[in-house]
Amino acid sequence: MPELHTETMTVNMGPQHPSTHGVLRLVLQLDGENVLSVAPTIGFLHTGIEKTAEQKKWQQVIPLVERMDYLSAQSSSLAFCLSVERLLGLELPERVRVIRVLIAELQRINSHLVWLGTHGMEVGAVSVMLYCFRERELLLNINEMLAGFRMFPSYMRVGGLREDLPLGFHEAVKAFLDRFSSKISEYEDLLTENQIYRDRTRGVGVISKQDAIAYALVGPIARAAGVPYDVRKVFPYLGYETFEFNVPVQTEGDVYARYQVRLAEMRESVKICRQALDRITPAGPFAVEDPRITPPPKDRVYTEMEALIQHFLIYSQGFTVPAGEAYVPVEGPRGEQGFYVVSDGGNRPWRVKARAPSLLACQALERMIVGGLIADLIAVIGSIDVVMGDVDR
Amino acid sequence: MGLEAEIPVLTTTVEKMVQWARRSSIWPVTFGLACCAIEMMSMSCSRYDIARFGAEVFRGSPRQSDLMIVAGRLSRKMAPALRRIYDQMPEPKWVISMGACASIGGVFDNYALVQGVDQVVPVDVYVPGCPPRPESLIYGIVQLQRKIAQQKLA
Amino acid sequence: MDLTSLIASLHEHVPAARFEPVASIDLQPTTYVSRDELPEVARVLRDHPDLRFALLAELTAVDLWPREPRFEVVYTLVSIEHSTRLRLKVRLEGADARVGTVTGVWPAANWLEREVWDLFGIVFESHPDPRRLLMPEDWEGFPLRKDYPVQIQLPARTTEPLQLTEEQFRANVAKDRLSRGT
Repeated sequence: MPELHTETMTVNMGPQHPSTHGVLRLVLQLDGENVLSVAPTIGFLHTGIEKTAEQKKWQQVIPLVERMDYLSAQSSSLAFCLSVERLLGLELPERVRVIRVLIAELQRINSHLVWLGTHGMEVGAVSVMLYCFRERELLLNINEMLAGFRMFPSYMRVGGLREDLPLGFHEAVKAFLDRFSSKISEYEDLLTENQIYRDRTRGVGVISKQDAIAYALVGPIARAAGVPYDVRKVFPYLGYETFEFNVPVQTEGDVYARYQVRLAEMRESVKICRQALDRITPAGPFAVEDPRITPPPKDRVYTEMEALIQHFLIYSQGFTVPAGEAYVPVEGPRGEQGFYVVSDGGNRPWRVKARAPSLLACQALERMIVGGLIADLIAVIGSIDVVMGDVDR
Repeated sequence: MGLEAEIPVLTTTVEKMVQWARRSSIWPVTFGLACCAIEMMSMSCSRYDIARFGAEVFRGSPRQSDLMIVAGRLSRKMAPALRRIYDQMPEPKWVISMGACASIGGVFDNYALVQGVDQVVPVDVYVPGCPPRPESLIYGIVQLQRKIAQQKLA
Repeated sequence: MDLTSLIASLHEHVPAARFEPVASIDLQPTTYVSRDELPEVARVLRDHPDLRFALLAELTAVDLWPREPRFEVVYTLVSIEHSTRLRLKVRLEGADARVGTVTGVWPAANWLEREVWDLFGIVFESHPDPRRLLMPEDWEGFPLRKDYPVQIQLPARTTEPLQLTEEQFRANVAKDRLSRGT
């Protein structure tokens, strides 16, 4: 009987693929349907944001930074503002800090909704995508109310916020929060006890606790593997220690555990948002009162000479930041993110480096995939929630 | 074009029928690169439903699609892949350049990005915005439909 | 554990290392470390029971051109067990920009060091896979250096430049495989 000749197949899951969540190239070595190795190639979305940021004034870096990780835009701009404010030595009013907490938590819900929608669609539950994006439209309405822009409001600025909260903001957020808690239960009804979903995700893409720390994974991936690291609890910022919330942690480290962690995080975010909403007064300070940083209100600019000069200086040459370096970590939807900012004392940054949690998640992909099937590969890529804008910057 | 009231017959030209068929079922290929892709996904969901225009079927393979919506910033490393996907699409094909980065390089005028997708593929409709609202993109698709309504067959 | 006692316990285990603590205004106490002892210092930082800096949060570089020493490689470490952070910096001359790799200590450093090589041109000795990460493979120049222009005039490339034979392709894929067991 002739010998069977088998060989492994090399398949390119190219940069254009419906399930790679952006432009990621995976070169797979396959033995039938089993994945023997994965070679990720990144850099197809490299935008040179860090180099461009060195040419812009401090406040102008914020739109660039928002477009880096485009699903957690306001978390990224929050992290950048915190680093620059640490260099400036600014102390923000309490109201500004609570508004920032509220916006950051709404952004976390936003990002998790996109994750759930796309992950569900790839695994096969297409209606989850339609439901999640329906709720996301309400959040984008809130963003639009803040600054007129759905995805990148640039509402967080160095020194506080761009302007005061609009009328009707409290009612809109409250209406959303009241509606959303029952919607999370709706998503859970669709997926959590679904036998097909459980078979596709349990025991798939497992990463151990030691590997998670060794590969510097943070956020929901690490918490699903048993690492109890949440920057909001371990290195609190913006007064998070005064809010009551839990950090969900699982131990299995597979795709199903990450799903459970993110759903629980959405519930906790709703809790934090309710507490924050109660603390925000409808009117009050929205930025620090420093004349070098915060532009004066327009009616004063048109009538007073000093305000005009102040406005002109801020918008023509910007403010200068004392020389030094700062890195303030922030818990984004994907884990710890932050900006390592180096200043040379001028009105432009010398170096801006974004800590990208998605880059390290991409690197650990091989650890999670090998030994699984191609179908498992799709589920795992969905579960690690990579945003290629963050990976490539 | 004539429509008789009693006889159930519609007369028209072949060209008009083909134009109507082509513009009413433009199937895009999934080419979401960056943030504009998220707005493109929003456009295909229930609020700004693009299924009304016949374009909700996003094909994964370029060989089964008519339209390429380049949604997002095109880096120099990705440009050959874009050209290859465009070449793999069968005629007739159209390209919409969605967003400021695809049209002209956007906010990022630097070493890493191609300053406008039209350096690599021919573009039919440019949709400005950063990212454009889903309504803008639907308007862009409607403009493309009007363009197709005037394309000659031969 | 504050910075002075941390440096003292590092001195016990790596006596040849020279440290230079500096003032820092954020959560990370900062110290410079000498380049040659960096891999051993890294191992002690990860394994010492009072330190346990097992999470490498960030590995990046700063180009201080035209000042010399030109580069500073910055390591940001987190110890989850003791809830502390640390920042290590290594000074490098522009003409001799090389430093030992820490991939053996923190596997996460693999891609982070590749990125620093890609964008700054700093060589990491004994790195298992020294290739470009973000720029195309045949790109010339190191974009994030201060003497590299921001805007360049270059026609967009529409064809793939590399034509590989099958052996070369398989060799590349084998190189991408992370070594198991480390």
